[in-house]
Amino acid sequence: MTEDGLRQMIGRVKSGTLSRRGFVRRMAALGLTAPMATQLLAIAGAAPAAAQSLPEYTPTRAGGGGPLRILYWQAATLLNPHFAVGTTNQESSRVFYEPLAGWAADGTLVPILAAEIPSIENRGLREDGRGVTWKLKRGVKWHDGADFTADDVVFNWEYARNPATAATTSGSYRDINVVKVDSHTVRVEFSQPTPFWADAFVASVGCIIPQHLFGNFVGAAARDAPANLRPVGTGPYRFVSFAPGDNLRGERNPTYHRNNRPFFDTIEVKGGGDAVSAARAVLQTGEFDYAWNLQVEDEILRRLEAAGRGRVNIVDGGSVEFVQLNVTDPNREIDGERSHASTQHPAFRDPAVRQAMALLIDRGALQQFIYGRSGPATANFLNNPPRFRSPNMRWEFSVQRANEILDAAGWVRGRDGIRAKDGVRLRFVFQTSVNAPRQRTQAVYKQAAQRAGIDLELKSVVASVFFSSDVANPDTFGKFYADMQMYTTTMPQADPQRFMNQYVSWELSSRANSWQGRNIVRWRNEDYDRAFREAESELDPVKRAALFIRMNDLIVGSNHVIPLVKRPLTSGSLNNLRHVLSAWDNTHWMLSDWFREG
Amino acid sequence: MTQYLIRRLLIAIPSLLGISVILFTVLALAPGDPFEELATNPAIPPEVRMQLRASLGLDDPIHIRYFSWLLAMIRGEWGFSFVSRIPVDQLIMQRLPTTIAVIGASQVLALCIALPVGIYSATRPYSIFDQIANTLAFVGFSLPTFFTGLLFILFFSIYLDWLPFVYNTNIDATGWRWWWEHIRQSIMPVAVLGLFQGATWTRFVRSAVLDVIRLDHVTTARAKGLPESRITMRHVVRNALIPVVTLVALQMPAVFGGAIVTEQIFRVPGIGSLLISAILANDTPVIMAVTFVFSILVIFFNLVADILYGWLDPRISYR
Repeated sequence: MTEDGLRQMIGRVKSGTLSRRGFVRRMAALGLTAPMATQLLAIAGAAPAAAQSLPEYTPTRAGGGGPLRILYWQAATLLNPHFAVGTTNQESSRVFYEPLAGWAADGTLVPILAAEIPSIENRGLREDGRGVTWKLKRGVKWHDGADFTADDVVFNWEYARNPATAATTSGSYRDINVVKVDSHTVRVEFSQPTPFWADAFVASVGCIIPQHLFGNFVGAAARDAPANLRPVGTGPYRFVSFAPGDNLRGERNPTYHRNNRPFFDTIEVKGGGDAVSAARAVLQTGEFDYAWNLQVEDEILRRLEAAGRGRVNIVDGGSVEFVQLNVTDPNREIDGERSHASTQHPAFRDPAVRQAMALLIDRGALQQFIYGRSGPATANFLNNPPRFRSPNMRWEFSVQRANEILDAAGWVRGRDGIRAKDGVRLRFVFQTSVNAPRQRTQAVYKQAAQRAGIDLELKSVVASVFFSSDVANPDTFGKFYADMQMYTTTMPQADPQRFMNQYVSWELSSRANSWQGRNIVRWRNEDYDRAFREAESELDPVKRAALFIRMNDLIVGSNHVIPLVKRPLTSGSLNNLRHVLSAWDNTHWMLSDWFREG
Repeated sequence: MTQYLIRRLLIAIPSLLGISVILFTVLALAPGDPFEELATNPAIPPEVRMQLRASLGLDDPIHIRYFSWLLAMIRGEWGFSFVSRIPVDQLIMQRLPTTIAVIGASQVLALCIALPVGIYSATRPYSIFDQIANTLAFVGFSLPTFFTGLLFILFFSIYLDWLPFVYNTNIDATGWRWWWEHIRQSIMPVAVLGLFQGATWTRFVRSAVLDVIRLDHVTTARAKGLPESRITMRHVVRNALIPVVTLVALQMPAVFGGAIVTEQIFRVPGIGSLLISAILANDTPVIMAVTFVFSILVIFFNLVADILYGWLDPRISYR
């Protein structure tokens, strides 16, 4: 699809000869759908008529649905969305709190506390990309009866951006300016043109907490707010009780601002245990209606599904399991720092070795025998939304080709069968976290590498150590004191900007930033940096998508990063439960529309 | 006696201090970070993580952290959980009733099995009953609780579909139904723990009774023509149970400490599952509080056991 063709189509949407839905469907056929496709319409001035993208909601009155029981195998520990460490806490706060808008599965922005989605047409978006005006829904009440107004929205910005509050959402609020226009209008201002404007006040980082209860608890006092554990929100369910690390209960909010909603009278979110028994409690015994994030071998899930009580839901997102080949030398210490940016990896600096490494992992087998439906093989680092997916990358598994490439590059097998060149032996330490599928992947990789004369020394580190930011520990993934490592990186929002910053040179992980830099593989490329800078302020969505695709091709093409499988979100639910899931937002993002059939 | 008590209590202070120093050092040296989940989330800037670490005092040197913890503890402030940002004592108090109910019931079950079976086996050693009881006891304490737990779930929940295997603290019912639901969901965890403990205690009771039953005063009682039941209850069991009482008293801290594995399997929100989730999340204040309370209880019940011992066996005196 050329830029011209796209503009013509947008023109047809504007003039009304093509429905918005038809447009999104056509984009999908071209591999160009999801949130940015909708934003594309918004920026081009064809306002999305939201709510089209939601499944039909049939109950004709609120309540009467009995209890809704949801099972998480990790338990929620707090109920303030701005302090949410991890998804479970975001989910449990989302039962009570709502943002201005949320992301539907097809990538449409759906207004929740907003009256409408800002667009250029309704003058919500500034054409230079420097501001968004949100009109708030009128008549929305907090659970305690107070009115929801623009003051609450402005307050959330002040609350989250205050460094002393130490809010986990602060990244979305510190660089913007929020102005109250009138009692039900706020304006978000950006210091530079911002193509992805739907971050602050949207989805999980955007949940609005009430000013009248949190107003006195900004900054260091934030943790003392009684409402941290007794949430008062605007959501479909009101708070009843909460036991941190165990369960959470809510009851129907009779004054909920959306008609005929919610369907269920009470809600219970139970936490703890393990993923397999959570799957069992839904799919096999039906004790619960819904089980979140079933990281269980697909084979087991299929067996449980055979009981016929429930089904497994697979929702595609942006998470990807991948291998990194260290750019720097993990065995040389410079200024007390290993894997120093000034060093070069003795073997991986040869593109032939990297190419061989990419040829030696059998992604088809990983998908077929290890991950199943929860891990489709991929050749791309940036997989979703589909509009950003590169068509240029291919993966291949061929020990023979790897051998040929290594032979051609002059890596000769020694007596022990391990290849070497100029005193450098192809013997690598390959680390990852302790996790059954990862250890199996390591074994698969090791076997294939052996056949190509490469010896992999497998190392697995406990997850709580591997993923920690502990400066004193040498085994963290951020330090990367190994030749290769493997883990999953998540994509928190429908826009890849925060995702693709993992390879820009200024994010290099080093002692200077306490190894908190996002560029852990320590790869540097001027073309990539330039493309990223351009994408940061490129307002034309088509050009911007092309830039991200180019970044993906650069990093994957370098073979320093070897994508293995996508990790869609897997959950289980009873057959009669009608839920509204989305990969671009929390599981509970549209809890008000869940109901039970029959 | 009073002097003895005071001395024991005074000795407890340095040992508790020692325990707390060891616990704190080990925890501080242990790798990990309460904010690991933030590390892989690209939406959260690293400065936020560092800010959080600093606000919780994680970057201070270890001795400063220890003394601030100790001072707060002496003042009765148990600190805040890093993860849920609420006072630790609240967290513990929320978990305590369930723990005491489930673990307490399992200990009672264990006693109810161990006493009659152990005594009866000992009065008829090497009989068929004794052989069977012995075999079952060996099986019982050889099978780990995580295995019997899963076995119970597979059989009673999945195959028979009789019992729920997810423990629910908030049951929406009153009166008899409330009790019934609670009993129904407690049967499996209580049985798993109770059978395991009961098996161990059965062996212990049996050998204690066997020791006493051979003594001269029992023979004398028999020679006097006392009825067998009376000999067993009055002259054998009373003496044999003295070490058993100590054993049970020493087991009491476990009632408060919970059972980590079983609680995890059945999702029982007890102290054990609080401890394990705190350990996994590197939530130092919670780990410290739970383990510290646990060590206080151990020391306390040791003292209780010693005093009980003296009270039951007047030959022992304290100086």
